[in-house]
Formats: sequence, structure tokens, C-alpha cells
Amino acid sequence: MALLEIRGVSRRFGDFLAVDDVSLSIEAGEFFCLLGPSGSGKTTLLRMVAGFDAPDGGAILLDGRDVAGIPPEKRDVHTVFQSYALFPHMTVAQNIAFPLTMAGVGAEASRRRVEEALDGVSLGGMSGRYPSELSGGQRQRVAVARALVDRPKLLLLDEPLAALDAKLKERMQLELITLQKEVGITFVYVTHDQQEALALSHRIAVMNRGRVEQMDEPSRLYGSPRNRFVADFIGTCNLLEGEVAAHSRDALELRLDGIGTVRSSPVEGQVERLVPGVRGVLALRPEKVAISREAPLPGHNRTTGKVFDFLYLGDVTIYVVELDSGVRVEAMLPNSAPGRAKFFEAGDSVHVGWLPEAGVFLTD
Amino acid sequence: MSAAWRASLQRFLITGPPLVYLLLFFGIPTLIMVLASLRLPGEFGGLAPLWETGPSGTELNLSLESYGRFFSDSLYAWLFFKSFLYALVTAVACLLLAYPLALLIARSPGKRRDLLVLLVILPFWSNFLIRVYAWMIILGPESVLTRTLNALLAGLGIAPVELLFTPFAVLVGLVYVHLPFMVLPLFANLEKHDPALLDAAQDLGARSWQRFWRVTFPLSLPGVLAGAALVFIPALGIFAIPDILGGTDSILIGNVIKQQFLDARDWPFGSVLSMVLTALAVAFAAAAAWVASRQRL
Repeated sequence: MALLEIRGVSRRFGDFLAVDDVSLSIEAGEFFCLLGPSGSGKTTLLRMVAGFDAPDGGAILLDGRDVAGIPPEKRDVHTVFQSYALFPHMTVAQNIAFPLTMAGVGAEASRRRVEEALDGVSLGGMSGRYPSELSGGQRQRVAVARALVDRPKLLLLDEPLAALDAKLKERMQLELITLQKEVGITFVYVTHDQQEALALSHRIAVMNRGRVEQMDEPSRLYGSPRNRFVADFIGTCNLLEGEVAAHSRDALELRLDGIGTVRSSPVEGQVERLVPGVRGVLALRPEKVAISREAPLPGHNRTTGKVFDFLYLGDVTIYVVELDSGVRVEAMLPNSAPGRAKFFEAGDSVHVGWLPEAGVFLTD
Repeated sequence: MSAAWRASLQRFLITGPPLVYLLLFFGIPTLIMVLASLRLPGEFGGLAPLWETGPSGTELNLSLESYGRFFSDSLYAWLFFKSFLYALVTAVACLLLAYPLALLIARSPGKRRDLLVLLVILPFWSNFLIRVYAWMIILGPESVLTRTLNALLAGLGIAPVELLFTPFAVLVGLVYVHLPFMVLPLFANLEKHDPALLDAAQDLGARSWQRFWRVTFPLSLPGVLAGAALVFIPALGIFAIPDILGGTDSILIGNVIKQQFLDARDWPFGSVLSMVLTALAVAFAAAAAWVASRQRL
């Protein structure tokens, strides 16, 4: 049985459908991400799980029990808020002890568990500090320790790293992964940062306009996006417009606008839908696109163009190639060759190639 | 012109005008009162000349005589204590009435909040004395309130009561007049509270009264202190309300000071009482400031 089950949940604010018939099932011990742009309904969904909001339709089951009508203070679920919401008039130790005090845990036991929780987030010795005396990363850790100290069944995290700088963010991500493994509590993590979602989670639900667009493991989301939105939202992606030219059981031929006929691999279960003439986009990751001065090896789809611009990122360089028809394609090349920072200059004529199985043709 | 010099000029231009104002209308008058409290009463009231030229030469007419009179009669200490009690009860009653109101206003949505704040300050648009006189009518023996109350008491077999010219009427007036001074600082404080803190408290298991006592109230203490000081200190020296609504037994220290200056025309003694009152008020304000500084907010 799933720890958290969301069954056909909807939430409407006036005319705006914030959450539209969402169903999810989250297993115990899972690190689950709700990923989506702002306004996609992920925070609304989280607030309904926490109990601060109630669905207009559908049901939320925690451990098999419908939680409708149970107020937040009685749910075995804690939240780490985006602003951390540490009590400014309480010390770190008093903040962390708060849920224990509310649950009527005795002073001695409470002190011991606060100590443990502080050690768990490497904040030993900070117990007497006030939140105003802590750095952003330390506040974040206190908020997590406070939410975990009484071992809830489920921890909800609402963009907890959004306020931190990139370097610290990366470190806190690693810490969160380790911590989640250690405590074994189910994490449901809300973010709009696709890299963060890919790095942290076991599974991700990509949300858009109140609906779940796709729910999968990070690598499958990245490798096989189900639709244009997911392909575009997760990572960067070339979206090449075109239509189906021919389709058989094991071969898919596409006619891409401004490129011509290319071969692609058919996606399971789409054989019936991909009849000739159906329009869509070929989603092609930049790192799967090769550019070279010589013609690519046989077996590749190929075309030619000129380097329009490039973005040097240190470990990789992203080249924007303008094809003869004016269509632009991005290609990402690693800068691993010794002594060479970049391979092409703007204006260079290049061959562009990719393998038939590199891209996914998406009709919606 | 050097930067440091310009910075100090800027500082002076900003702080100068209020400083001059305080010096002119607070510092100098206070000094005049200190001096007056050490002078002798004049033959026909007011103050005796500061110096007199007699057969033995010129001598200054300064003495601690009026202070001696203050400390030799326990009546005045009692009056101060009574005023202190009235001010304390007023401050506590204002706090109890103002807190729920301030909380309601602070948690109201934008437009309604503005309207409610306007309603709180609306009474300031009419004269203070007129508003206090209105209470004479409301509490008078023939008023709807008094008659209804006495009818109810009669039903219970209790003798009728009078409301006007009693300590109760004085307290009603004191609380009524000072209530906005408690509501406004409380509201200003409560409005700034981060609603996420209450969500967090609830999320972590706090019921509504626990959320109030453990989060809202401790965070509002600076507002409580500011409101208490703004009510307590003026209430300590007020004379108009006991004059209008009180009976002979509701005389407070403010009334005595007024009588010394206007009726008895003993300016030195009136000044002594004023100085003691000022010293007490400063002591309370300092205590409030000290408590506030110990808050971590």
C-alpha cells in the first residue's frame, strides 16, 4: 500500500483550476518531487496534503486513511516552508523542541532528541543561537531538523533551497539526499528547478496548469519525455517541427520543416497514432547532436549549416548552428580534449548529425 | 567641504529641528518647574520674588520647604498610589479590549483593514472634552443604560446604583479615551507578523490557543509594551476625566496639581507635585524601555 495516495484531486480558486484531477501514489521511503513552473499547482497540492487547504474533489489518503477534515496539527505530516518560518523569539534548541513540546514529550527526553536532531544536521553547539544569528544554510538545516525531530510519516518540502546561492544549494542537495536515506522518511519535494528535481528524486511528477504531465524516474523523464512540455521543461531540448512521412513497426520516417526527411525510432504504443501527415516535434537533446567539419558516419541523420553563436560553459560548449534553411539547432560538445577550449568559431561551416534513436517524436 | 563635515551637517539638519523643539517646549519648561518647586509662594499666590534686599543684604528666596511639605503628609503619597492604580487598571483594561480588536484588524483583508483603522482613529476628529462630556449623558441617572441596569438589578432584588460621579465612571472615561493608543501600536506590531509562522506552528502540532500563546503573543510583546506606556503614562497625570466624570472621592494627583496652580495658587507646591509625577513617569518609561531592550526582537 502506498504511503500517500492522491486520488483525482482538484482545487478551484474562482475560475482558476489550480489542481486538475491529479492522481499520484507515493511509496514509503521515497524521495518524490513535484516539479513545475510557478502556477502549475504544485504548492496548492502540497498545502492540501499538509491540511492547510482542502480539495474540491477527490481524496487524499495517508497510510490508507482519508485525511479529509483532519486539521494540519493532527496530521502526521510536517512541512519545511520556503521561508523556513523559524520562530524568531526562540533559540535553535527551542525551535527544534517545538513539535516535541506540542506532543507533550518530557523535558529530559526532549532535550536528548533535540541534541540528536542537531547532530543529525551538523549543527551541534548551535543550540543557544537565535535564528537571526544563523546563515541561510544553517536556518535551512534547523527548519529540516525541526520538521524531522518527531519522526513524521511524511515530510513536505516547499522549495526549501530557493533562497540559497548555487554553491550552497548543491551542498544542501547532497545533505538532503544523505539525510533522507538516514531517516528513511518519505520526502515530497516541491521545486521549479528541474536540475534540482533530477538530482534529488527517485521519481518526479512534472506538473503544468494543474495537471501531471508525466511521472517517472529522472533518467526516463529526461530520456523519454512524453510530450512537448516535458521535453522543453526538463533540460534543454531542440524541438524540430515536422510531420510523419512513413511509419512501420520498426521504422519511423519524419519530414522536418527546413531539414528534410530523417529517420527516427518509433515509440512503443504510438504505432497507431503516427500515421503519415500527423504533425509534431522531434525532441532532440543538444548533447545527442554531433557537429563536425567532415561528413558524419553513415547511419546518422545529416544536414549542414553554419555556426551562428556559441556559449562556452567551461566543461562543455553549446554551439548554435543555423541550417541553410534558417532553422537553428543546438549542439553540446564536451571540452575534454587537452589544449583545446573550443572546436569551432562563429561562421564556420559544419556538418550536423544525429542517430535515429537519439530523438523522440512528440505529437502533443 | 570634507565628507565627514558634510555628514555631520546632514545629521544636524535632520536631528536639529526636533532637538530645538524639545529644548524649547520641554527642556526649558521643565527647568522652570524645577526652579519654581524650590521657590517660595507669593503673598497673594504665584511665586515670591527670587531675591529680596533686606537689612542684612540681598538673599535668594530658595528653599526645600515645599518638598518637606510633600514628604510630611502621607495624603500625597496616597494620591500618587491611587493615581498609579487607576492608570494600571486603565492600561490592563485597554490591553484586554485592544488586543482582540488589533488582532482582528491585523488579520482583515486590505480594504476592510484600512476602514477599521480609520474607525479607530475617527474619535480624534472630535474634541476630547466633548467626547468625555458625552459619557456624562451615557452614564447619567436618567440614561437608557442606567435605567436598564437598575431595572435588571431591581428584578434581582438589588438596590439601584449610580454610575456617574463614581470611580467606575472615571475608569470608563480613562479606558475610552486611551483605547486607540493601545490599539494602534498593537496593530502596527501584529500586522508585521509573518503568517508562515502560524502555519509552521500549526503544522508542527500547535492548536489555536497554543499558536497564540507561544507565537503571536510573545512576538507582540514590543507592541504591548509600547501601548502600555502610551496609555499608562498619560493616564497617570490626567485631571479632566476625574473632574468631569468623577465624584469627590475620585480625585487623582492630576486634579491636585491643577488645584494647586489654579485654586490654591501655591505654585511652588504644585511644581513639587509636578516634579514627582514627572520623575515617576520617566521611571516607568525607562523601565518599559529596559524590558523592551531585553526582548530579542
